[in-house]
Amino acid sequence: MTESGYRARRREQRQQYRWFWILLAAPGILWLLFLFIVPFYAMLAIAGGKLNLIFEQPIAIWNPLQWSSANLVKAWHDVAGAGAFDGPIVLRTIVYVAIASALSLVIAYPVAYFVARFGGRRKGLLLVLLIAPFWISYMMRMLAWIDLLQINGYVNKALALVGLPPVGWLGGLSFTVILGLVYGYIPYLILVLYAGLDRIDPALIEAGRDLGLGRARTFIRVTLPMSRQAILTGLLITVLPMLGDYFTNQLLSGTTSTTMIGNVIDGQLQTPAFQAEGAVLSLMLLLVLTIPMIYYVFATNRSSRSAT
Amino acid sequence: MSAADVTTGARPAGEAAGARTLTGRLLPRPNPWRHPWFLEGFTWLYLLWSLVPIGLAVLFSFNNGKSQAVWQGFSLRWYFTDPVNSVLHDPNLHAAVIQTLRLSVYTTLICVPLGVAFALGINRWRGVVSASANFAMILSFVIPELIFGVALFFVFTDLFTFVGLGTWAEVLGLVTWNVSWPAIIVQARLVTIGKQYEEAAADLGATQMQTMRRVMLPLLAPAIFASAVLVFSGVIDDFVIVDLLNSSAANTPMSVYIYSQQHGGNGGPALNALGTIMLVMTFIIAIVGYLGYRWMTRGERGSRVDALATLAGSD
Repeated sequence: MTESGYRARRREQRQQYRWFWILLAAPGILWLLFLFIVPFYAMLAIAGGKLNLIFEQPIAIWNPLQWSSANLVKAWHDVAGAGAFDGPIVLRTIVYVAIASALSLVIAYPVAYFVARFGGRRKGLLLVLLIAPFWISYMMRMLAWIDLLQINGYVNKALALVGLPPVGWLGGLSFTVILGLVYGYIPYLILVLYAGLDRIDPALIEAGRDLGLGRARTFIRVTLPMSRQAILTGLLITVLPMLGDYFTNQLLSGTTSTTMIGNVIDGQLQTPAFQAEGAVLSLMLLLVLTIPMIYYVFATNRSSRSAT
Repeated sequence: MSAADVTTGARPAGEAAGARTLTGRLLPRPNPWRHPWFLEGFTWLYLLWSLVPIGLAVLFSFNNGKSQAVWQGFSLRWYFTDPVNSVLHDPNLHAAVIQTLRLSVYTTLICVPLGVAFALGINRWRGVVSASANFAMILSFVIPELIFGVALFFVFTDLFTFVGLGTWAEVLGLVTWNVSWPAIIVQARLVTIGKQYEEAAADLGATQMQTMRRVMLPLLAPAIFASAVLVFSGVIDDFVIVDLLNSSAANTPMSVYIYSQQHGGNGGPALNALGTIMLVMTFIIAIVGYLGYRWMTRGERGSRVDALATLAGSD
């Protein structure tokens, strides 16, 4: 068969089987439509809806032309208006997440770097240990710290050994919550950084050294720029869930002095009268996160295409 | 500069690293190839910090007392022997174990075929619809779980009221949340396989169905298996979606039970026992997954490390 005849036959086959692929994809597409897209529409309908004043329940408005801005105005007043109680919470969330992710990066980078570059024969073992937290339930990992940080727990016992008084770690300390966030999300960051650093050709680093750069300068001029993408996606993958976290805070502190935006949304969902405001706050959070999320989607798309 | 300075390696103050003679650098620099002891120590310290607390939490599930902080001797009372408060005898605790298993099984059974078919279809049917569906799928992978959970909460309480909150809402939500695992992993595998096997089968006269069954599915088996492992263990460890969508004690899985009992006080070592059961479950699945994946990909290039990376979902 000639080359062009062969190609024509391929094209014919592809046309003929097009329906086969469409039918295969259809259930997944419909599923995503009804259980991913529609839920967000429902959230919009609640956010733009009204409140049933008798039953104190939200009423969804499904026609976008009739959406009311009442909930939006109310939520905005709580975030930014005078005497807004959500304002400080938003600020606190940003501060906590910023500190926790910076701390995570400072801890994660050296670890990922060591395993990727110097893992050697023990790389498999080190990777298993790095991946282990990924397989351990988040609740179990928080429970572990609750045990340690109790007033008669091992951390306070260790402090007593060096003559320090016990600390009420679980009584609403920002320190504990930030520690919990770092502990909770750092394994994801390490894995992303490891994958990025492992991809760097060691020859490039050796070249830097051979050309007379010291360790520090090789790192700054070669390794760091080449891992910039991994740092960005790794930070995103930790920052996104941290911003929606309410359980770490609730478990390790549970007081209003450390409330984050996730706690507000979770709390509003428990009371029907405040559910619509919870919907508005979720949408605001989503809006803020849209750009980083889309960046992440494109960044991972690009790297997976270049990897093949 | 004196010879003594060189032999002792002391760097005189005020002399920068660039002090040279005609024959080259005189001052010995630290060897750039020396072993990074600091990094190694730091890594092991991190691993201790990361894993020792969990080991202690497991230990306290065997505590012969009501404390989660003070060791009072070994016992199995929180697992079996206590007639009231052990996981075996407390109806809420064992309902939680059963609910977790039920959610994992249902979700995996729906999610994996759905995601695999979706990946195959999307990969071959190029168009605006498939591209946007793929975009939505990847978006479901990065969106914060709380926001998605809130959206699900509203859709089940205000639109799909025939579903309502409870086990089915949890399963539907978890399938959507996890469908990106099979979809992403199978698509990655399709890229590595290439089109040649499929085209060869077609040239030899196989119909599309035959090609699918005899050629594609066997080739995709490792990817399908890996994604099933990830979905199953992901559901065991999932918290936010089930926390927002559960409606009663009968459909509260382990993670939510631990959370609801622990926050605001001492939940007792029975919670550690529950957490340990979760941990053992996911570890068994991880080990089975690793061995199974290695067995399915035997004879292929790739190492233990690659198998680990796939099963950690960072393929």
